[in-house]
Amino acid sequence: MTKVLVVDDSNSIRDMVSFTLKSAGYQTVEAKDGQDGLSKAQTSDFDLVISDVNMPNMDGISLCSELRKLANFKFTPILMLTTESSTDMKMRGKSAGATGWLVKPFNPEKLLATIKRVVK
Amino acid sequence: MSVDLSQFIPSFLEESFEGLELMESGLLNLKPGDNETIHSIFRAAHSIKGGAGTFGFDSVTEFTHLVETLLDEMRDGRREVSSADTEILLESVDCMRLLIEAARDEQDYDHDKVSTTSARLSETLGGQQSTDSDSENESNVNKNDGCGYNIKFIPEHSLAKTGNDPIFLFSALAELGELTISANTEELPALMDIDAQELYFSWELTLITTAEEAEVIEIFEWVEDECLLELEPIVNKANEEPTNNISDVADGVINELSVESSLGEIENQEVLASTKVDNEPETATGEKSKTSKTKAKADLGSIRVGVDKVDSLINLMGELVITQSMLSELGNDFDMSKVERLTSGLEQLLQNTKEMQESVMRIRMLPISFAFNRFPRLVHDLAIKTGKTMELVISGEQTELDKTVMEQIGDPLVHLVRNAADHGIESKDVRLANGKPEKGTISLDAYHQGGNIVIEIKDDGAGINRQTVLDKAIDKGLIDANAILTDSQVYDLLFEPGFSTAAEVTDISGRGVGMDVVKRNIQALGGRIQVESVLGKGSTFKVNLPLTLAILDGQLVKVGTETYIIPLISIVESLQIDNQLINRVSGDMVLYRLRDDNVPVLPIYQMFNLETECTEIDKALLVVVEGDGQKVGLMVDDLLAQQQVVIKSLNDNYQQVSGISGATILGDGSVAMILDIPGIINMALEQAQKIQRVRTDGNSNVAAEVCL
Repeated sequence: MTKVLVVDDSNSIRDMVSFTLKSAGYQTVEAKDGQDGLSKAQTSDFDLVISDVNMPNMDGISLCSELRKLANFKFTPILMLTTESSTDMKMRGKSAGATGWLVKPFNPEKLLATIKRVVK
Repeated sequence: MSVDLSQFIPSFLEESFEGLELMESGLLNLKPGDNETIHSIFRAAHSIKGGAGTFGFDSVTEFTHLVETLLDEMRDGRREVSSADTEILLESVDCMRLLIEAARDEQDYDHDKVSTTSARLSETLGGQQSTDSDSENESNVNKNDGCGYNIKFIPEHSLAKTGNDPIFLFSALAELGELTISANTEELPALMDIDAQELYFSWELTLITTAEEAEVIEIFEWVEDECLLELEPIVNKANEEPTNNISDVADGVINELSVESSLGEIENQEVLASTKVDNEPETATGEKSKTSKTKAKADLGSIRVGVDKVDSLINLMGELVITQSMLSELGNDFDMSKVERLTSGLEQLLQNTKEMQESVMRIRMLPISFAFNRFPRLVHDLAIKTGKTMELVISGEQTELDKTVMEQIGDPLVHLVRNAADHGIESKDVRLANGKPEKGTISLDAYHQGGNIVIEIKDDGAGINRQTVLDKAIDKGLIDANAILTDSQVYDLLFEPGFSTAAEVTDISGRGVGMDVVKRNIQALGGRIQVESVLGKGSTFKVNLPLTLAILDGQLVKVGTETYIIPLISIVESLQIDNQLINRVSGDMVLYRLRDDNVPVLPIYQMFNLETECTEIDKALLVVVEGDGQKVGLMVDDLLAQQQVVIKSLNDNYQQVSGISGATILGDGSVAMILDIPGIINMALEQAQKIQRVRTDGNSNVAAEVCL
């Protein structure tokens, strides 16, 4: 089963992403900020990471760079969940090793359609 | 597929209100250069905007976008933090709260306030902000006037290092129509030189589709900086040009595969349909959120419990189960030799039950900071309105209090803090003239005392002028001009209906609810309020509240065959009746002399029509209770134990009965009624008035007869 790490400091967004993924048959693990996400990633493998950008403790960009340093996350797709669709934001994500980005407002159908670009 | 997200609205709302509180407290403490605080305020606004967009709360999204933009400028240092900006942001937080509440309750909001603030925000931002967030893709829309595209996709070798995999891109493309893929392996090095982490292929794709160019490009959105992408519409099927391209690379083609979308057009239509929904937020999402909001309202009575509390409960549950199995094993073949073990087992059970009860109660407990949170802002605003300088000092905010009590104590506390700011703290000049520091201090403190929680609202202001209060009370006819009152009796006058000592009524306090309502609300929660004051030094209002409304410390009393419970908090003292102190007034009315007071004696057996042998007052016991500032003596047969009782509502199980506030189940399984002290006092008063009326009516009849 495809296993997804969902990182967001907002409970409601995290729950929604997780719920949407589960209802489409994915397995999910949730983390409440970058630090939490990183520690979960260190102890388990994932097929996909979806992370918010603005978070306390460790933001999504730093999480992404940290994950890319881990051997088992070298090629794992990492998507940034963000409202900021500015080019600057995309570039920062990309240079940190992000695979792509999902622009909020969060839309479940769109999310499911979009992540098919990176996972089965 | 469609996913219903409305179940997440309550948690979004809860989170948003928390976010607003965080923004507010952050803004109140914001100092220039405090980047961490600005970041956290920004994050809160950002999350609210994101969530609101998801649920179709468009007014919230639009407004929050402006707030976010302003915060963003502060965040990256493009804008200095100024007090004017902070004020606008504080106002914006109010508007956001208004908008979110309106969205939650499906009600209209104060459009003037929101549009004024929104105009001020735009003005601050330099008037160049529009409220719509992203319009960057719109210029890109190209009509697909052909029947498909030829796509040349040459990725950089390092593409896989960002987690992208062309195979998924191609299957996404295949969902748009019929896809033919040919791979170019020219760049593939000798086997020895292959780096497994690099990509060496490039591809030529032909997509037969009705989808628009933007949709196709969107699929490559995440890789467009890491590849060379050429997209060329196929003008018609017979077009020969594209074959040129293919023939250029034909030598290198080793593999050709055709991926056909199995779902074909049906899926295509589905994609289109869902895009359509996105574009019509007013209709589709509007309706969606309407149904979900109704659901949200029903679900809002939730409570967030710390994991530690749940863990401790589960832990206790485990211990209880162990004790239970120990006892039941003991019961299997019991003989007198095991009495000692039985006693210790029962003791353990008592201990477990008690801890369990406390643990369950803790679940409903929240730190009082939830109620205190609004005060920094309130005092900040009051300082501006009154032109006084003052600060708020909060302590004991981790003290825990029952959720229901917390919800209901908020308004009375606001009233008391307003009073302290408005009437207590003096103006700057007066303070300086009296040798006090220029800045007044209001302190809020909460702590546990016995089984109660005490909330103190203290100011270092002018204090209460005893004489002014007395004059006013005499003027209003509340007391006799010659009455001699203690200080606390004088301060109690403040809580009389219609009493206000403020020289003039301001728009801050002294309007609408008075101190009498404050007192009534606190009493309704089973609490009481006391005042201490030193003229020129300040006043302290002490609010004493029970920790919970579900459990009550009670005194069990016996009347006839019945057991009643008197709330311990309302008992002044219990005493044996001394015959010499009994005063029979007229008829049935009996007064008992208690030091300086005469307390009316109310025989419980009469009030509830009970049979008892103990009808003579000198054989009975007197429990002196106080409610609504009135002391009465309840005549009972005997005092039994004092214990904590769990309150069961009579309303839920039967109906409201006057003089009774609820019921409980005692250890032996019998039901005992809990006496409603203010209610009983009212009943007695009404009865006394009725007797009085009958008597005066009777007298006038006699008088009339005499006249005849």
